Amino acid sequence: MSAVFDSLSRFYASSIGKKILVALTGAALVVFVLGHMIGNLLVFAGPEAINEYGHMLQSSLHGAGVWIARLGLLAAVGIHILATVQLTASNRAARQDRYGKNATQVASKASRTMIWSGLTILAFIVYHLLHFTVRVGNEYNNPALYSYSLHGETVHNVYKMVIDGFSWWPASAFYVVAMVLLYTHLSHGVSSLFQTLGLATHRTWPLFQKLGHAYALLIVIGNCSIPIAILFFGLGK
Amino acid sequence: MSLLNLQLKVWRQNKGQTGRFQDIEARDIPDHASFLEMMDIVNERLIQKGEEPVAFDHDCREGICGMCSMTINGMPHGPEKATTTCQLHMRKFRTGDTIWIEPFRARAFPVIKDLMVDRSAFDRIQQAGGFVTVRTGSAPDANSILIGKDIADAAMDAAACIGCGACVAACKNASAMLFVSAKAGQLNSLPQGQPEKTKRTLGMVRQMDKEGFGNCTNQYECEAACPKEISVRWITKLNRDYAVATVHEAFGGGVERSEGGE
Repeated sequence: MSAVFDSLSRFYASSIGKKILVALTGAALVVFVLGHMIGNLLVFAGPEAINEYGHMLQSSLHGAGVWIARLGLLAAVGIHILATVQLTASNRAARQDRYGKNATQVASKASRTMIWSGLTILAFIVYHLLHFTVRVGNEYNNPALYSYSLHGETVHNVYKMVIDGFSWWPASAFYVVAMVLLYTHLSHGVSSLFQTLGLATHRTWPLFQKLGHAYALLIVIGNCSIPIAILFFGLGK
Repeated sequence: MSLLNLQLKVWRQNKGQTGRFQDIEARDIPDHASFLEMMDIVNERLIQKGEEPVAFDHDCREGICGMCSMTINGMPHGPEKATTTCQLHMRKFRTGDTIWIEPFRARAFPVIKDLMVDRSAFDRIQQAGGFVTVRTGSAPDANSILIGKDIADAAMDAAACIGCGACVAACKNASAMLFVSAKAGQLNSLPQGQPEKTKRTLGMVRQMDKEGFGNCTNQYECEAACPKEISVRWITKLNRDYAVATVHEAFGGGVERSEGGE
């Protein structure tokens, strides 16, 4: 047991080991982001669809399902951030004397700002959870205002909460800015995880790169469509 | 032949001290001179004036030894693709150009003097697993181990690495992954490298980490700078081999623990 633990702790201590964990947790978050977006797009299908979806999430496994997902996501986000912050610190330490003349030949802007796009997304996640999950500074937890009758059952009115939430333009603006940063983060991150997990080949790499960009674009368009539809096209009004 | 007048900004540093850029005017440089020959001319003039010449590494001047270094205008071995500094010619520059000449910068490559850096970290990585153990004595029969042409060609591509360190110098994080992946991947691809594959992979990666190189962020500046055009797909293979080696070491039976990094 201790020999196994020894090997695994050396795996985490190594550069490649940390990177593989970043890639695996990143992959989990990539899948989550897609599922989250598809669920949210139900807002376009009307109050019934999204409220039923919200109720299904809240009540799955007698309410335990949502907590299993939350703890899993928290672990993934935690490992992803801890490892990348440690890696970034050691990257900075590896070159203390900067070049007088800097040149970049192929590295994309997105790849060079991963830590900053990532930390901004972290700030956004905190805001987003306070906004729609914990619901502080708003009335979304008030059953008198945000209840919906679904097949005779009283459930939370997710639809009205989303419409009201995005009707305040500064919130919508912050969401759109965060999604643009998520786009740059994913445009490097998605293809990068195939490289780090050792799955890219000469033949598949161009495909993975295109896939990464397409995926990032899909997420940014899908997610931004909701606040834009509410603010500019009067969705739910 | 035409003559070039250049403004050089050359890094001057003594071991253990802080460095600075020195402005040197290089007048009447023949455009058919190599970059190192230009440095020779500059040094001759410095010596004639009684000043200290600029220290730089060089050896074969044929582009195969991996000794020459220098970061020229922010790019290791200068702006030409797949070219070492010694094979870079002054006709690639224009008269009146300002040229920044710096050492390969990385914590793992401490400056010895001016443009010379200590790259013995690479030697220690090689000693941690970049070899195959063979019997001594008479030469083995040719073709006693059959190797597919595609595998032999791929291993040869990795073996083209001259260990110059341009990948480290170009990397935004001063990572040595391209070097290590080429050296490990060359042997890990071949039948002769299989018996020590786990030990080699773990040993070389651990030594790389211990030397204080940075981590790969998949930006591929290394591949763009490499004078031998080593592919970043070798890094993909090293990532894969390292994951497999860790599983072997943690859970496999009968595999000796690598002590390469100790």
